[in-house]
Amino acid sequence: MSTTTVEAPVNQQESASGTAPRRVRRRGENSRGAALASHGVLTVASLIALFPVAWLVFLSLGPDKDDYLRPGAIWGKMTLDNYLFVLRDTKFFDWLTSTMIVTLGTTLIGVVISATTGYAVSRMRFPGYRKFMWVLLVTQMFPVAVLMVPMYQILSGLQLVDNYLGLILVYCTTTVPYCAWLMKGYFDTIPFEIDEAGRVDGLSPFGTFARLILPLAKPGLAVAAFYSFLTAFGEVAFASTFMLSDSKYTFAVGLQTFVSQYDAQRNLMAATAVLVAIPAAAFFYFVQRNLVTGLTAGGTKG
Amino acid sequence: MTVAIDRATGKRRGDREPRPGLGQRLKHGYQKHWYAYAMIAPVVVVLGVLVGYPLVYGFYLTLTDANSLNTARTIGVNEIAATYKFIGLDNYADILWGPTAYDRFWSHFIWTVVWTAVCVTLHYTIGLGLALLLNQKLRGRTLYRLVLILPWAVPTFVTVFGWRFMLADGGVINSGLDMLGLPTPLWLEDTFWQRFAAIMVNTWAGVPFMMLSLLGGLQSIDSALYEAAEMDGASAWQRFRYVTLPGLRSVSSTVILLGIIWTFNQFAIIFLLFGSTAPDAQILVTWAYYLGFGQQPRDFAQSAAYGILLLAILIVFTSFYRRWLNRNEQQLAI
Repeated sequence: MSTTTVEAPVNQQESASGTAPRRVRRRGENSRGAALASHGVLTVASLIALFPVAWLVFLSLGPDKDDYLRPGAIWGKMTLDNYLFVLRDTKFFDWLTSTMIVTLGTTLIGVVISATTGYAVSRMRFPGYRKFMWVLLVTQMFPVAVLMVPMYQILSGLQLVDNYLGLILVYCTTTVPYCAWLMKGYFDTIPFEIDEAGRVDGLSPFGTFARLILPLAKPGLAVAAFYSFLTAFGEVAFASTFMLSDSKYTFAVGLQTFVSQYDAQRNLMAATAVLVAIPAAAFFYFVQRNLVTGLTAGGTKG
Repeated sequence: MTVAIDRATGKRRGDREPRPGLGQRLKHGYQKHWYAYAMIAPVVVVLGVLVGYPLVYGFYLTLTDANSLNTARTIGVNEIAATYKFIGLDNYADILWGPTAYDRFWSHFIWTVVWTAVCVTLHYTIGLGLALLLNQKLRGRTLYRLVLILPWAVPTFVTVFGWRFMLADGGVINSGLDMLGLPTPLWLEDTFWQRFAAIMVNTWAGVPFMMLSLLGGLQSIDSALYEAAEMDGASAWQRFRYVTLPGLRSVSSTVILLGIIWTFNQFAIIFLLFGSTAPDAQILVTWAYYLGFGQQPRDFAQSAAYGILLLAILIVFTSFYRRWLNRNEQQLAI
């Protein structure tokens, strides 16, 4: 049970440990047929979830650019040449560097400022509170098209076009509103008595936040980090508009140029795509332990 | 309540200009709430500079005839000043009522609504079904969960490439259909099948988020309710209908709203799946991007006007959604 593996806030943990075993036993009484059907459905769903990714990996092993039309032929001539070519003869590592700078920068800045914001809106009823929450929600609705041109002009005014910091800030505008919302939901599940205790012991509001609440909010922070990371990693539109020099491309842009530059050599594309997916998936499985708990807190608490 | 919560009413956000006569109240509010403002200040600054100002400026652009030929630009060493002019609401009138408005706006609008409705329905029902299955005591449950999250874990631009391989003419999906003696549609060329493929890929990519959120919601339902229902002789369906669904209400209303907003603005999947080759399969967001960045000359004003219209549609929808929730005595989790 995923909720037992993480530090959940007190009230949640109580309900989870108190109720889960009983519910499980009751459900466990289901007939063998029902269990088989569940396994059947879940297996089919897992295969559907897995297949496109697995297929990409499989195709990336074929040496010829048209092998994706004759997948059967790949079995006989599997090779890692595509990977070697991508790693040796392309700008792969430049793209990796810039993607990592942008992604980790977004994650770090985004999580820090969305945590402080989430804490402020969770604990303090300051004037303008409701307006502020509404702004956070509306910001998520902004379509790329309306912001792209003006953002470009502002960034070029600030000398931030083709600059990592510029892209990081742009990504923060898309990730922070949701993360702040999520963190607010998580902080709401942490008992207010903890804040009180901190205040009684003479901590400032910032001290309470940094020393007492943040350590308790790790699962929530993990989800916010996860969301920021994946958003920044996979974003296409802003990256292709704001990054101009090809050594600063992120993967999302680099992969597209790769297609035309190498005349749609799909085997190389597939190999690059697989290599790109590895850091993301690695990060994903690093934080997924906290995922359900964090999302629960964000979603179920008002 | 507790000392940690400061309840105050009245004033709007503190970074705005105080209205005259409220100076004293503002000062008081500042002393009492300065740490709250300090904590939200970074967000307010970043959003204000990079979202608020561009929004205002973008709105101004929609009132002009700006395109890439008449905006300020630098060619070599020559600075060319902007020559676009103010034309009022003509862009909106042209988009909504102008000649060929149906082909340019309304057909995309209808398709966007259909796309959003179908995708979110599929996300939610499939996500709920899988969450219910994963919420049982089953062997290998963790493994299933890890595999089922995969479409979310791998970046969209990678998985869409995978789907393009599979959907290509002669790709694995058509080979498979051919082997079963079924017709093999041109997924990436025929309009209907393009739309079908787009929905299919988006559903595949969007289910994990719903599944995890709903799984979290299911795990937070008090099992005493199930026991009570069972004591009263409720059938499995009745337990689902009268315990599970009401228990999921708050998380559902939130994730459905988020799903609608995200799907409505879903850029990456359609853009990467078709590029600009499929004018009829473009939803409003990708179509606006195409107008502003995918054609020559780039039509900044029309593109921004589409953006403003999109935003207006979403804001109106969200307001009604919230009102509808409030009427049903529910709160959105914000």
